[in-house]
Formats: sequence, structure tokens, C-alpha cells
Amino acid sequence: MDQKRASLNLFEDLDLETELKLGLPGISGTDDQSEIKMSFSGNKRSSSKMGSNTCTDEIESTFSPPTKEQVVGWPPVRSYRKNVLQGKKTTSEMGSGMYVKVSMDGAPYLRKIDLKMYKSYGELMKGLQEMFKCIIGLYSEREGYNGSEHAPTYEDKDGDWMLVGDVPWEMFISSCKRLRIMKGSEARGLGDSL
Amino acid sequence: MKLLQQSMDPNQKRAKAVDRVDSVDTGVASFDSTRMCPFPDEVLERVLSLIDSHKDRSSVSLVCKDWYNAERWSRRHVFIGNCYSVSPEIVAARFPRIRSVTLKGKPRFSDFNLVPEYWGADVHPWLSVFATAYPFLEELRLKRMAVSDESLEFLATNFQGFKALSLLSCDGFSTDGLKAIATHCKNLTELDIHENGMDDLGGHWLNCFPESLTTLQVLNFASLNSEVSFESLEKLISRNKSLRVLKVNRNISLDQLQKLLLQAPQLSELGTGTFMQELISCPITDLKTTFSNCKNLVTISGLWDATSLYLPVIYPACVNLTFLNLSYATLRSGELSNLLQHCKSLRRLWLLDTVGDKGLEAVGAHCPLLEELRVFPADPFDQEVFLGVTESGFVSVSEGCPKLRYVLYFCRQMTNAAVATIARNCPDFTHFRLCIMNPGQPDYLTKQPMDEAFGSIVKTCPNLQRLAVSGQLTDRTFEYIGKYSKKLETLSVAFAGSSDLGMEYVLGGCPKLRKLEIRDCPFGNGALLSGLTKYESMRSLWMSACNVTMNGCKVLAKERPRLNVEVMKDEGGDGSEAHKVYVYRTVAGPRRDAPPFVLTL
Repeated sequence: MDQKRASLNLFEDLDLETELKLGLPGISGTDDQSEIKMSFSGNKRSSSKMGSNTCTDEIESTFSPPTKEQVVGWPPVRSYRKNVLQGKKTTSEMGSGMYVKVSMDGAPYLRKIDLKMYKSYGELMKGLQEMFKCIIGLYSEREGYNGSEHAPTYEDKDGDWMLVGDVPWEMFISSCKRLRIMKGSEARGLGDSL
Repeated sequence: MKLLQQSMDPNQKRAKAVDRVDSVDTGVASFDSTRMCPFPDEVLERVLSLIDSHKDRSSVSLVCKDWYNAERWSRRHVFIGNCYSVSPEIVAARFPRIRSVTLKGKPRFSDFNLVPEYWGADVHPWLSVFATAYPFLEELRLKRMAVSDESLEFLATNFQGFKALSLLSCDGFSTDGLKAIATHCKNLTELDIHENGMDDLGGHWLNCFPESLTTLQVLNFASLNSEVSFESLEKLISRNKSLRVLKVNRNISLDQLQKLLLQAPQLSELGTGTFMQELISCPITDLKTTFSNCKNLVTISGLWDATSLYLPVIYPACVNLTFLNLSYATLRSGELSNLLQHCKSLRRLWLLDTVGDKGLEAVGAHCPLLEELRVFPADPFDQEVFLGVTESGFVSVSEGCPKLRYVLYFCRQMTNAAVATIARNCPDFTHFRLCIMNPGQPDYLTKQPMDEAFGSIVKTCPNLQRLAVSGQLTDRTFEYIGKYSKKLETLSVAFAGSSDLGMEYVLGGCPKLRKLEIRDCPFGNGALLSGLTKYESMRSLWMSACNVTMNGCKVLAKERPRLNVEVMKDEGGDGSEAHKVYVYRTVAGPRRDAPPFVLTL
């Protein structure tokens, strides 16, 4: 919980006490926090390198939101609009935008960015740093993001978690499915195992 | 709209009335005692034919028998808000000369999948009667009706002068039905197909319009997915010079739009196709010029995939725009702001919440005449992502747009204080629909229920006609509603209330209430039965996933034979709960077409 508080100080606007709960009313706060923590597939790396309490041993390839039954007919959005928006998601990946989810360890909410808005890793880093109010630092081929507080990683088409910056930009945006900004300490593990 | 008066004999001939039944005290004594037919019925009819509003016509029909008759003979348009409240035979018997019908079917919650398939509201029985009674029928507007291709074909072939068809939120038909309409309706002026649950089997229907058709004024196929032949469309547009409304689907490219607009600069309402194209064949300035040549344009919609690359081409047309529908364009705040600077005359604006609070600040800053704002969620079902608009965006709009009357607002957080501010800034609200997307969520700052928010709306806005509430709400909200909203006609409630009292407050107050729809609230039989004397003055009541039982419904049905009390059976459950209840007044008796899962008590 303390670790969480430290990183959440980056969000000036957020008051911890008044965080939006994602569960139904009545669900206690602490339960929510632990459920929001991300888990991901650890089949390519040994979980001990990951350390922290964010990792579960279950193989989950998706971030698990707090369990909450989808309520039928809620929010009240008409089917036509629903279908158009879902359709939009697929076409936007192929067409005009390339939206991927971005999470940062310790942040309660995910964000979405359009990779097509950026022309290079430099621009992407700048965008991420602005969005999450964090310092990502410089990438070096050998060291990865050593020395900085946070390291950006991404899930590629094969479901593997890679360090951002290893491959040419064009290849990156075509294979990136989602982004995760890890704590520097954990990312070192990633860099080593490559 | 008042119920048809059953005491009036609908077959009363148009004889000059020597005897008359004054069912209403007109307060004009001389009219009663010395009447010697001051003017012929034909004159009265002529005068009454100038009255359009169906509410006024209802009032007129209650004055006396003469007026009842004159009204029914002079009426050309009938509006039926609930297709089961009356039968087609009764309508045809009372109104012999109808040319235009508006018919609404399923309860509104069917839009959100709460009504099972094959529930009813089939238009065909109506068409059968109309074919005999109104062979000269010209217009048919249907909302939430079940419409089959056979019905559309029947319509196209049985009504020679048929001119205007509008289908909104209907289901059961396909593009084959549209083929029939296009083929047979030689005098078609309007084909308006909007957000239906239909099967799109291809765009060939457009080719069925004959070369001889030149009377088209309205063509809306924006919600159809299949590609149509652009050549056919272009030819159709070029020979229909009276076209004022054209809404094409997403497949129409910018290049193609350019060509269409060159053929139809007279348009007043335009729905574009996709607004993104890798390479367009003409320079962007050409597109801009084309838009500036459309001097009558007051509405623009569509704009799928629009970005700051091509949006500027509509800027010349924006100065006259009164309605801009951006609810399919994922614009960001910057793009919106640049656009709105050109839209000073805007009265109605629909947006996606991708514009964020910053985008809404731009609305407040640039659109002082705004009367209607709808903000739809781009990601309503994605619970992980926190994007969209908050209370602060809404407040910004209210500060810049004091004339706001109609708001539909989807958000993920709200506060009582913000809504109080909004109400103070915009006391003219007639329609206030706030959807806090997480069910039962309190004020995120104070953790209090949202009671005071809606309290401030009903206290401050005397003209409130329609209200949709959300968030964590106790019975207090409903106490406020019942006490203060004198003009409220429609109320939508979900995941709210603490006890029967909540619903009782509403039914005990709200003198003008017509439609009440409730889901997932702790209201039981006591609440249901507290409205015993009220439901006949309302169009309908919907209650689902509440605490009402079959016994409660049976009591209601027994006490009020002029109501249809329908319960939709649930698959599970022990049969004593009434999971979905739909109650409505009717002069047509119980439904004869109810499917097995609908029990009329």
C-alpha cells in the first residue's frame, strides 16, 4: 500500500481518499486496490526476477479488472451505437488510429494512446512522461533503461513482454499490443534476460 | 394525449347537430341555448383543420359533439404513442381521413435489450386495416415497431400515393424491404432509415429507385453498412432537385461526397460518409469551396473518422449550422475547439466523450446559443479505462451556455455541488438526463448520495419535462421529484431508491407524469399499488428487477380493468416474482398477439 502511495503522488489531481472505486458500492477499498494490480503472463521469464507483489503465479494474459458482472442494458447505450463503437475499435487499429492501452505500475487507471500520433521513440517517451508524470530516462541498447525510475515495456503480437526500444520504430508500432510502464527495479530483470 | 372518449359514438354521422351533449362546461351560455347552427360544419372543419398539435386536437374534441365530429373529420395526422393502447379498427372508425400516421411500439427499455425478441408491436395488423381505411395514406413514421419485409412490400404495393417512410429503432426487416419501397413508391418524398435492428443484405436497394423518381426530399441511409452503387446515388441526387436532407453511410468517401454536394448544393441537412481518406483526388480547397456553396446547410452529421486534417473543409458551412452531430467522430479537445470557433450559431450539439472536459470548455466558450447537448460515451463497457468527461466539463458548458434546455450526459463521476451549479446556471432545463455510468455511485468527493443534485434540478428548473437519474440515490431524491416537478412527464430510474416510499413519492406528486420506467430498484407491491389511481392518466409504467410480485400485479389488474398489466416471465425464478412488468392504459383490451412469455393479468 505504501509503495502505491508513493507512486500516486505523481498524480497531483488525485486525492487518494476519494479515488473512484471500480466496484459496486459496498465493496471495501483495499480489495479493489489489490484487484486492480496488474498481472501478466510470466511464461518467458522466471517470476522471481519480477519480485514484487504484483505478480501472481497464474498465467493470465490480460489485465484483470475487478470482477463485476456486466449489467444487462447498462449503461443505457443503444445497440446501434454500441455496435458502431465496437466496430470503430477494429477499424481504428487498421485505419486511422492505433490505440493501445498503457498502464503504469501503481496507477489505478489505464490510459489509451494512439501510437500513430508519434513518429519515434523519443516522441512516445515524451508523451508517456507527460501523461503519467514520470521520468522514463534514456534507453541504451546494452543497459536498457537502467538508472531510471521507470521502464516502458510492451506486449507484442506473440504475447511476450519486451523492453520498448529494442526494435526499429516501424516494427514496434506494428507489433505493440499494449504498454506497461514498469518500476525500474523490475525492468532490470527484463533487460538481463534478453 | 387523452384517451379516446368511449362515450362518444365514433360512427356519429356528420349531421347538423340539433341535439348536442355538452360534456364540458364551456362557460358560454349563449352557445348552449340559442344555437341555431351559427356556421356550417364544413366551416368548423376548415377552421379546425388548421390545428396541428394533437394535444390541441384532443382538447377540441372534448368541447361538444359537433366539435368532436368536426375534429375527427378534419384530422389528417394521428399520433399513437403506444400501439397497444388502441386498436387499428378503433382508430380507423374514429378518424376517416387520415393521411399520416406516427406509431410507437415497444417500451423504451427495449433499446437496451431488456425486452425479449418477438415481444410484439407488429406493424402488419395496422397496415391491413389501413389498406382499407386509408388507401390514400401518405406518411408512416414508426418507432420501436416490429416490421417485416412482407409488411414493407405490403405498404409499397397497397398505398398508391405513399410518400414518406420513417423507421427508427425498428427491427425485423432487411434491405429487401427497402427494395420494395424504392421500386413501388412512385411519389416517394422521404425514406428515413435510422438505427434499426435490420439485416443489411447489400446496397442494391438503392438501384431500385426508378429513373422517373424526382420527388425525393429526404434520404437517410446513414446507419446501413453495405456499400451502395455510387453511380446510382449520384444520378438519384442529380435528378431530385428538391432533396433537402441527405445522410449517406460510412462507405461514401470524401471524393464521392464532393461530387454529391456539387449536385445538391441546396441541401439543408447533410450526413457525410467517412471523413478520412489517404489521398483525395481534388485539392482540399475544392472541398472547402463546395461546402461554402451549400448556403442552406443547417445540420451536419456523420463525420466518421474525422480528424483535424479534413475537418476544416466544413468551416465555411459552420457559420450557419444549428445542429452538429459529432457523436460518431472520435474528436479530441483541440480538434473540437478549432471547429467550434466557427460554429457560433449552434443550437444543438452531440459529442463523444473523447473530447474530454477541455473540449467541453470549448463548447462553453464558443456556443452561447446552445440549447441541446448530448455527450455519449466512447467506451461505455470498458470498465478499466478512465477517460471521458467529468463534472467539470458539464459545469463549463453550463457557464457558457445559459440557454441549455436539453442535456444527455454520460460520465463516470459527478458531485452534488456541480449539479447545483449547473442548475443555477441553466434554469431552463426541460430535459435533464444524467447517466453516471457506475450504478449506484455516490458523489465522488463527499461520498454522499446524489440526492441533492437532482433535488437542485427539480427545485430550480420549473419547466422540467423529462428526467433520468443515476448514481447512489435514496428515497429523498424521489421526495424532491414528487414535491417539486410539476411538469414532469417522463422519469427514468435505475439502481436507485431505498424503499417503496421512493416510488410512492413520485406517484403521489408529479401531476403530469406520463411515462415512468424503473429498473433494479427496491420498489415492491406497496409502491406499485400506490399508483392505482394514477396509471390511467399515464401512458405506461415499466418496472423490471424490482421487488414486485405476481400477487401485487394481479391486484392491480383486478382493480383497474382498463389497464393492461403484463408480466414477462423469467426463465428461472419460482414464478411468484414479477421480474418485468409493463402496465399501460388501453381501450383495446388485452393483447391478442401476446407471445407465450407475456402474461396479461
